[in-house]
Amino acid sequence: MKLTVWTYEGPPHVGAMRVATAMKGLHYVLHAPQGDTYADLLFTMIERRNHRPPVTYTTFQARDLGSDTATLFKDAARDAVARFKPQAIIVGASCTAELIQDDPGGLAEALGLDIPVIPLDLPSYQRKENFGADETFYQIVKTLAKDQPKTPRISCNLLGATALGFRHRDDVEELTGLLADLGINVNVCAPLGATPADIARLPAAHFNVLMYPETGEQAARWLEKTYGQPFTKVVPIGVGATRDFIAEIGEITKKDLLIDESRLRLPWWTRSVDSTYLTGKRVFIFGDGTHVAAHARIARDEMGFEVVGIGCYNREMARPVRALAKEFGLEALITDDYLAVEEAIETLAPEMILGTQMERHIGKRLGIPCAVISAPVHVQDFPARYSPQMGFEGANVIFDTLIHPLVMGLEEHLLTMFREDFEFHDAAGASHHGGHAPKPVATEAVEDSAPVEVVEATGTDVMVWLADAEKELKKIPFFVRGKARRNTETYAASKGLQQISKDTLYEAKAHYAR
Amino acid sequence: MNVPALTSSGGCRTAPVLKERGQREVFCGLTGIIWLHRKMQDAFFLVVGSRTCAHLLQSAAGVMIFAEPRFGTAILEEADLAGLADAHTELDREVDRLLSRRPDIRQLFLVGSCPSEVIKLDLHRAAERLTVKHAPHVRVLNYSGSGIETTFTQGEDACLACMVPVLPETQARELLVVGALPDVVEDQMLTLLAAMGIGPVRLLPAHRVDETTAVGPNTVFALTQPFLGDTHAALQNRGARHISAPFPFGEEGTTAWLAAIAAEFGVDKATFAAATDAPRARARKAIAQASEHLSGKSVFFFPDSQLEIPLARFLTRECGMTAIEVGSPYIHDALHGPDLDLLPAGPQISEGQDVEKQLDRVRAARPDLTVCGLGLANPLEAEGLTTKWAIELVFTPVHFYEQAGDLAGLFSRPIRRRSVLKLEAAE
Ligand code: SF4
Repeated sequence: MKLTVWTYEGPPHVGAMRVATAMKGLHYVLHAPQGDTYADLLFTMIERRNHRPPVTYTTFQARDLGSDTATLFKDAARDAVARFKPQAIIVGASCTAELIQDDPGGLAEALGLDIPVIPLDLPSYQRKENFGADETFYQIVKTLAKDQPKTPRISCNLLGATALGFRHRDDVEELTGLLADLGINVNVCAPLGATPADIARLPAAHFNVLMYPETGEQAARWLEKTYGQPFTKVVPIGVGATRDFIAEIGEITKKDLLIDESRLRLPWWTRSVDSTYLTGKRVFIFGDGTHVAAHARIARDEMGFEVVGIGCYNREMARPVRALAKEFGLEALITDDYLAVEEAIETLAPEMILGTQMERHIGKRLGIPCAVISAPVHVQDFPARYSPQMGFEGANVIFDTLIHPLVMGLEEHLLTMFREDFEFHDAAGASHHGGHAPKPVATEAVEDSAPVEVVEATGTDVMVWLADAEKELKKIPFFVRGKARRNTETYAASKGLQQISKDTLYEAKAHYAR
Repeated sequence: MNVPALTSSGGCRTAPVLKERGQREVFCGLTGIIWLHRKMQDAFFLVVGSRTCAHLLQSAAGVMIFAEPRFGTAILEEADLAGLADAHTELDREVDRLLSRRPDIRQLFLVGSCPSEVIKLDLHRAAERLTVKHAPHVRVLNYSGSGIETTFTQGEDACLACMVPVLPETQARELLVVGALPDVVEDQMLTLLAAMGIGPVRLLPAHRVDETTAVGPNTVFALTQPFLGDTHAALQNRGARHISAPFPFGEEGTTAWLAAIAAEFGVDKATFAAATDAPRARARKAIAQASEHLSGKSVFFFPDSQLEIPLARFLTRECGMTAIEVGSPYIHDALHGPDLDLLPAGPQISEGQDVEKQLDRVRAARPDLTVCGLGLANPLEAEGLTTKWAIELVFTPVHFYEQAGDLAGLFSRPIRRRSVLKLEAAE
């Protein structure tokens, strides 16, 4: 038993719903109680879809339990097929139905339907949403794919895009365009937009682009093994990754690929002088493994940030994320407990967080700007505008996304110069975020509000901030204050000091100057 | 006192009810935690359930109430399913940890879910055991918010009903008002009752555990919400008597509700008028303004919160709408009867749901306004219907006089929005 307040991932059947909702001509018959229908709103409200997810819930009740929930399931499946006329159905159980062991797969099989029935076995008490999506897509591919000749022209499939995915809609569009520029057709994009008949055509492609390992890797591996289709390992998020991705496709297709980079703006934007202020900004990165890995590279190599923390919530990606963190000289935080993430952020006091909607809330609380780079996301992260993460336009979008929450270069200087000005006082936050300025109270978590001096236990030592040092610290702009405090304390500890004076503060400043 | 007259065409109380059993598109009772935990400020709601339950709470809350909310889910894992004895040990450990971290918690609700019920995890036993362990500082109670037992607002009913047996006994002739209301609305209600000289008024739920809500044979109680069937029964078991009335939505409903209480306490006409005339006039004016876009329009209710019947009564009698279908997850004559009496005959009254068939009916009827859940609203809008999502009705202050205009506004806004947007491509 584990106490949970907010979760990064839903149960595995929600992953199956993401696949079903992404596809066309597929229906999901889900053995589940009525309350589980809440999941529809994820798609209709958060993602603003204009259709109900293609899901029939059996909505069994307590009074059905003793009698015949199996009949209820069979009736629901038969009715759903008659009403929606899908090309195939997937059938499965939610957490409650798993306990009553009705075997939806066997029951649906026994109906003798004239369409493929794909049973799903998703262990609700062990696995989560991403696994559910990955496994469902794999089962669909395994059941429906048909051996067939390759397309005459070089083509690939795009694998892994689902409903409720972070910018999947636009990533598909961006990659389709990029591949077209390289002279490569998209044979099938799946699950997003595919019908069961399209799934059958997957083997006609020459190779696969695995867009999101979280939701497409099992299918990609199976297609490689069964139909000899290689799949791409680089996820093209960021400038470097996109170039590597193109090179990887060149190797797969044994072609010299040339690409027009004229739409790519990130390199100049990040080199132009206003961006100097980005140098060495300390960032903490958390999300799903794929987006975290991509953003770690972007942060360091393309934005010039200093990465001070890396982690992911999906255990399936623990190994690569640990290896990546090591490369950055860090230890990865692998957890799905947002309180542990909050604690890590509080300790590290980064200047910026790249995270999910959970980290956005953490950032709000701690007064640290946050850019959202990964699912789970809320309704405002499903923008109306074209806003991919992948490819060259994706890189441009990411540059804007990462600087938006920050105080801009020139403004940063003005804040320092006019510290005492009533309009420029630092608690006002970035000027372009009128309504969302970090509140002064938000820094309370970092700043103990004891009247004259602050006492903090660091390990076994007790460190005392003298009044003058504390006063001086307050003069440092809010967006670097956390760092100044930490650096000073680390410096004082290294010198064996127990008291921090104004001098210690400036000695530390000199020590860490870069 | 001017009690609203029955409609000349006859009401809906004896109208045939379409009873349906099929796929339901509703939340389970866990959802109530989202408003109950705000109301009871020293309570923590611990759901014993699955990842699905945790995800429901997070998704239904819409935005996350950050800081640490006073609810959480103890997620059952494989090991808990294997041995119930161990599950109890695990639960005790989680509760110990929680209570030591949150000394502000005085009442803890163990909330049952579908998984905990299917594996027959006895939360009542657990609550008794934990009450002994953590007495006197914390009282531990249990109820079920599971989807196999409860529909949406029934979660609040189950929660309040589980508190009734442990309320202190009283012999006093007191009014008990039952149902969680937003504070601003509760204050208005208390002011109205005080102006009629009725008091002291006890509340269920109270803000804190040691407030003075008690019950006994001389207690009379009024319900502010139409979904409190089990609480109604539990209070009657304690000897309390229900003051039957329409629910306090709109000017007419509020007046009828107050009039029933006033009659019980022998309030004279002049006092009643002095207390209610001014707010009544304000409410009428506000409704008239807000219902400008509602008058003459038709409305169709999907079953959701059990508020449907009283709201249909309000929209038809006070806002000039016609109801095509009024669906309710459950119809309870002792609670809904007075509102059904006033609801003009005509609409199809339906109980339960078979969502696909109901969607066929709404598409055929093409009402001007469809009141439905979050899962259906956007798809129906995309089909050209105008919708109002029902969950807002339980999250927004809508009771009594001063909110009557806001209540009409909740329904008229979608219609007004449709008329102000000019998005059709030029011909
Ligand atoms: S319906 Fe049951 S399993 Fe689903 S969220 Fe509600 S209590 Fe949990």
